[in-house]
Amino acid sequence: MNVFGLYNYWIVIFLMMTGFYVVISSGNLVKKIVGLSLFQASVFILYISLGKITGGTVPILREGITLYSNPLPHVLILTAIVVGVSTTALGLALVVRIKEAYDTVEEDEIHQQDESL
Amino acid sequence: MILSQLPALQVTLPLIAAPLCLLVRSGRAAWGIALFASAASFAVAVLLLSRVLDQGTLSYEFGGWAAPWGIEYRVDIVNVFVLFVVTAITTVVLFFANDSVRKEVDASRQSLFYTVWLLCLTGLVGLVMTGDAFNLFVFLEISSLSSYVLIAFGKDRRALTASYQYLVMGTIGATFVLIGVGLLYMMTGTLNMADLADRLPAVMATRTVRAALAFLVVGISLKLALFPLHLWLPNAYAFAPSAVTAFLAATATKVAFYVLLRFLFTVFGVTFAFEAMPLGIILAVLGAAAILSTSVVAIFQDDIKRMLAYSSVAQIGYMVLGLSMASVAGLTASILHLFNHALMKGGLFLALGCMAYRLGSVRLGGLAGVGYRMPWTMGAFLVGGLSLIGIPLTAGFLSKWYLVQAALGQGWWPVLVVVIVGSLLAVVYVWRVVEMAYLRRPIDSDASAVREAPLSLLLPTWFLIGANLYFGIDTRLSVGIAGKAAAVLMGQSQ
Repeated sequence: MNVFGLYNYWIVIFLMMTGFYVVISSGNLVKKIVGLSLFQASVFILYISLGKITGGTVPILREGITLYSNPLPHVLILTAIVVGVSTTALGLALVVRIKEAYDTVEEDEIHQQDESL
Repeated sequence: MILSQLPALQVTLPLIAAPLCLLVRSGRAAWGIALFASAASFAVAVLLLSRVLDQGTLSYEFGGWAAPWGIEYRVDIVNVFVLFVVTAITTVVLFFANDSVRKEVDASRQSLFYTVWLLCLTGLVGLVMTGDAFNLFVFLEISSLSSYVLIAFGKDRRALTASYQYLVMGTIGATFVLIGVGLLYMMTGTLNMADLADRLPAVMATRTVRAALAFLVVGISLKLALFPLHLWLPNAYAFAPSAVTAFLAATATKVAFYVLLRFLFTVFGVTFAFEAMPLGIILAVLGAAAILSTSVVAIFQDDIKRMLAYSSVAQIGYMVLGLSMASVAGLTASILHLFNHALMKGGLFLALGCMAYRLGSVRLGGLAGVGYRMPWTMGAFLVGGLSLIGIPLTAGFLSKWYLVQAALGQGWWPVLVVVIVGSLLAVVYVWRVVEMAYLRRPIDSDASAVREAPLSLLLPTWFLIGANLYFGIDTRLSVGIAGKAAAVLMGQSQ
């Protein structure tokens, strides 16, 4: 099997690691949420691309067509997208509250303020 | 007629009650609704328990769609026991919450608080009931998102950063679970757990299934706060409102532990997880490391809530240690400890809530002489602490006794050393509080205003503490069911 034959998985892995790296390396709370969203989005692509069947067509019942792609992962990922949106919204809402309480969204400045208590 | 709908009621009761809390707008009315919904779901859990004990496993098909296609709720002796614990704890803690929350949460936000509480309960209960791997992810996120909000209700601004940190780590954990479920679906084309268990053996030897196991174990361990993935837990528990800490400490990690049990034993099976993969030794080492390292860290904490939070991570270590033995005896000890730990940590955090109600904070320095000012509260803490250490005649002793027996039964003698050292460390950190409360004189004179906590807080606290003593002596319910559940998980008939 060709290493790049299933290139969709390479894209997934690249996006996932990019998102994960942003979450770990960035000290800015908003950027962390961006990274987290990217990380989740990569998993959406993993699900969506695994529903594709070689030679399969869109899953709408029509005469003369026997091979359909699998629609189930797409439906599942609609739910996961909703979950992702709520996570992002909640994360950003927390960042707004943190900004009100600490007057900064930089992680190290928040730590400094907490330690000086 | 209604009895056959019990599994659906269990989840829909708190789910429907949650928006009602939002509509009433008054904190007290919202509390009433939340308490009623919790008590009703506890009643449902008790009915389910008695039915499962009579008839064996129950299966419920949502919307009448047959099992592998529709979402199936499968209730067996393992999850009905966890349901029983979760709904009992939330009911008791809600009794406590009325006065405690009024002191710790703004009046305008109280109805929101109970709404989120019920959503969290819905998520936890659904997580336990569901027999569908993707449905499990959805409930995992419902319970997680609402617990981030519950933690952010804390008065201290550090509650916000603790909640944020938990959100980031929790989302990574849940996404790992999602990846694991996706990989399993890729190989088997099914999401139903029983169906997965049937189809997985044929594709066991592939790298995809091994990766799925790794993603699921790491993802669930993040939610479980298994050492070294526990970093979110101490801050989250320390800064959340008292009632929330008691609720989450006694239910959330227990439910995550149940999910781990379900995936390892029902979906993947013992042979794959513990013989083909070296999971047993990995979990045993992490469990032992959790017990030893976090117990030591607990000794150096100034904030008692934080100290008990570290101790929770250590207790999770005991549960994982029992699981890693992959034997009926080990699992019995784990499930028993799940039950007992919910009782003792619930009771202890409620006792801390009583102190926070009168003293405002629970820093060690502020507790001098509190044993004389709040004798009942401190008495509850003392009994709970003894149970945590594992003194005979308390519930905590039983689970450690079964764990040690299970370990010696298969020649794992180092476990004996770990349990003894862990218990001695627990003596040290419980003693620090007891010494401060009983042997030191209060420093400031105006502390004489501190009185015993009101009865509305003391009764639920003593109810859980009393349960510690009761289940330390009468073991028919706890040990009996834990043993049956362990046998079911190991694939032996009841």
